[in-house]
Amino acid sequence: MHLSIALAVSALLFGVGVYGLLARSNAVAVLMAVELMLNAANLDLVAFDAWWRDTMHAGQVFALFVVVVAAAEVGVGLAIVLAVFRLCETAAIDEVRALADRDPVLSSAAEAEA
Amino acid sequence: MSHYAWLMPALPFAAALVGLLVSRHLPGGPAVPAVGGTALALVVALAVLVDVERAPSVVHQTARSWTPIGGVQLAVGTRMDGLAAVTAVMVAVVALLVQVYSTAYMAGDPRYSTYAAEVSLFTSAMLVVVVASDLFELLIGWEVMGLCSYLLIGHYWQTEGARAAAVKAFVTTRVGDTGFLFGIFVLGVGAGSFEIGRVVGHPSAMGHTAVTAAALLLLAGVVGKSAQFPLHVWLPDAMAGPTPISALIHAATMVAAGVYVVARLYPVYLAAPTALTVLGVIACITMLGAALAALVEDDLKRVLAWSTVSQLAYMSAGLAVGGWTAGVYHLLTHAAFKALLFLAAGSVVRSLGTNLMSEMGGLRHRLPTTFVTALVGGAALAGIPPFGGAFSKDGVLEAARERGGALGTAVFVVGLVTVLVTAAYVTRLVLRTFFGAYRGSLDGVSAEAHESPSVMTVPLVVLATASVLLGAPVLPHSYGVARWLDAPLGTRPLHLSVAGGVVTAALAVLGAAAVVVLHRRRPADDPAAVLGRVAVPLANAFYVDAVYDRILVRPVHAIANALRVVDGRGIDSVVTGVGAGTSAFGAVLRRAQNGNVQAYASGLVIVVLAIVVSVSLAVAQ
Amino acid sequence: MTLADAVFGLLGVVCLASAVLVVTSRNVIHAALWLVVCFGALAGCYLVLTAEFVAWVQVLIYIGAIVVLMLFGAMLTRAPTGQQQELDSRNRPIAALTGLAAGGTLCVLVVSAFRGAYVDVHHVAVGDGKVIGTAVFRYFVLPFELASVLLLAALVGAIVLSRRPTDRRDPTP
Repeated sequence: MHLSIALAVSALLFGVGVYGLLARSNAVAVLMAVELMLNAANLDLVAFDAWWRDTMHAGQVFALFVVVVAAAEVGVGLAIVLAVFRLCETAAIDEVRALADRDPVLSSAAEAEA
Repeated sequence: MSHYAWLMPALPFAAALVGLLVSRHLPGGPAVPAVGGTALALVVALAVLVDVERAPSVVHQTARSWTPIGGVQLAVGTRMDGLAAVTAVMVAVVALLVQVYSTAYMAGDPRYSTYAAEVSLFTSAMLVVVVASDLFELLIGWEVMGLCSYLLIGHYWQTEGARAAAVKAFVTTRVGDTGFLFGIFVLGVGAGSFEIGRVVGHPSAMGHTAVTAAALLLLAGVVGKSAQFPLHVWLPDAMAGPTPISALIHAATMVAAGVYVVARLYPVYLAAPTALTVLGVIACITMLGAALAALVEDDLKRVLAWSTVSQLAYMSAGLAVGGWTAGVYHLLTHAAFKALLFLAAGSVVRSLGTNLMSEMGGLRHRLPTTFVTALVGGAALAGIPPFGGAFSKDGVLEAARERGGALGTAVFVVGLVTVLVTAAYVTRLVLRTFFGAYRGSLDGVSAEAHESPSVMTVPLVVLATASVLLGAPVLPHSYGVARWLDAPLGTRPLHLSVAGGVVTAALAVLGAAAVVVLHRRRPADDPAAVLGRVAVPLANAFYVDAVYDRILVRPVHAIANALRVVDGRGIDSVVTGVGAGTSAFGAVLRRAQNGNVQAYASGLVIVVLAIVVSVSLAVAQ
Repeated sequence: MTLADAVFGLLGVVCLASAVLVVTSRNVIHAALWLVVCFGALAGCYLVLTAEFVAWVQVLIYIGAIVVLMLFGAMLTRAPTGQQQELDSRNRPIAALTGLAAGGTLCVLVVSAFRGAYVDVHHVAVGDGKVIGTAVFRYFVLPFELASVLLLAALVGAIVLSRRPTDRRDPTP
């Protein structure tokens, strides 16, 4: 089969993931978009592995490691989301702006708020 | 002894230094170096006078070469001839009397030590002007005198009037000094040397234009320093300073320095008749204008200030018409009687605490010595023989009459009218201060007004005696002032005529009598009130000050304010604007840090994409 | 156009469509479920590429563990199961542009680079359990061990992060 189909699917999946990363306000939805991007990379890896006809299957093995890392990342990421949710009582990350660099007069007031 | 003439300025200078530095530790205080230094200078001056008069037509000159700037050759030294020797004695005498007088007058003043040191420094500077052999040396003394005048007028610097008067005096004389400086340049370059001896040696060799230009430029400084029209405006205001200062600086010495310089450099002026004409015209205007202004002044010291301006015009007029001896003679007599009048005024002012004649009256019994000496001084000023002022004034008028022509006649006529007015204002001054009923606010004149201590009255007596004695050496050819002074060639000798003397004396008596009659009619009022509405421009000194304010002071203030605004808003704002601009720029940049993680991520992804695209495009080439 | 092409193409379309639905769905739970469909389609793609082990690992771990974890997270952060909450931030236009640019650029790049590349699915080494296991334990042991350490660290970290603040302040008797 044509390699370029797999690569095209992977690239478009990555683009969709970028959109989700930047557009979604719910933290969990953002994590889902990150998963999409990781999966796009995985698909690329496996496709190239098949094209190279690698006997060592480095691509597939690496894809497995990506899955492992993604799992670890989701675990820790959701723990962080939970912690932020407990602090700010909202899961909308576009409303959590405590790290903004305000004008010097206002920054202390903002820190008192957040 | 003339070789030691340099001690004359050096001793008071040393006294000034000592006074400034260590007078607190001396027993007797600051008065010791002040009086001592001046007394020693007087001794040297007398010795030099004796030496010079042994051979009157010889000029004793010492000079030491000095090249502070590579190209210009200067000489520092002394040049003692008759004029310099006599003037030096006059300066030393008046300075000594003023220092003695000041010990009592300024007794309670906390800044007396500075005052005494400044007076000593002034004496030193005036003596430098008198004995200088080089034009630049003269200029140094000239400028230091201006500085001391500023410091001393502003002695009571806590008052607004004194501060303003000091600045006004300094700025006005400075305007004249600019011309003076350029005059010196032209003279020195034209004559090839800055030594006075060489300059007055062959003035006509410089060429007519150069000599006239130099003479006119020097006149600018003379007009400023000697308070002639149009730079006369500083002298009446300078009365804000202590009265002994007025006596020393603004009567006898500094203001006479201008006339002295003209007399010293007279051969130059003889070679530039235009300058003499200008001087004569200025003198005529000043003579009569100042006398009229004195007629309506209420402040005792200001009357004397206007009188000084008027009498200086007499001296200038004398020099302008060629009566060199007469002009210098008037300078000497004026020093005596004007210093006397000022010191007497100081005595009155110190007793009563006020300058205004409308608050005086009937003081002749309370202040007897002051009264008698003031009477003597007033008579000399008015020109009543046998007091010195009469003969010197007659000498000037005779010289003017002999010269003839437009200038001579003008000086003669104006001079005669001024004699009348002078006598009038002198009589008015004496009557309002010493006669009539006491108009002041001190209840019971007996309680507060008392005669001044002898330290103050003795100088008065000395000066009164001098005023009388200076009338004596009037015979020109035998012993006498003309012989001592050694006039340059081409000047008119001192002539006096009986007819002229009678005329002037009659005019003086007439003026005095008119005022006496008016006073008798209404003893409590100001005799000048009879002038009615005419008095208004006189009281405002013909509005010269107002004109200067309008055309000079206000525009300068406006420019200064405009510059201040430009500096504050324009230039300073550039500096502060850099800071403000940077902060504003930072605030604009700071808006990118809005705390929204997705915004950061967007930026990141877009830039990475851009890099990828550009790299791949580069590789594809 | 072989059978492999067609199948892969269809699975790819499913994958992309469900991915788009993941990122545009108004309901977080729905988004998670569409994510399941996407992962499933991807597993199918792996199967077409003869990567059996990876495909089953994809199903097991991604669908079975990660999506479940996300559902847990969505529930714990009180995301309503209804459709009220606005899930899209104001960043949408820029995000759309960026996503389009990213996807488009990569697509054009790789397609133009690998236009004629061909994978012969009949003659490729099949990635079954035995082969992958041999590869991992023969050639990639060290990364494997590191991966396990990483998992341990993530485990500990997640527990520490999600503890309630009051637990820490227990005074020890």
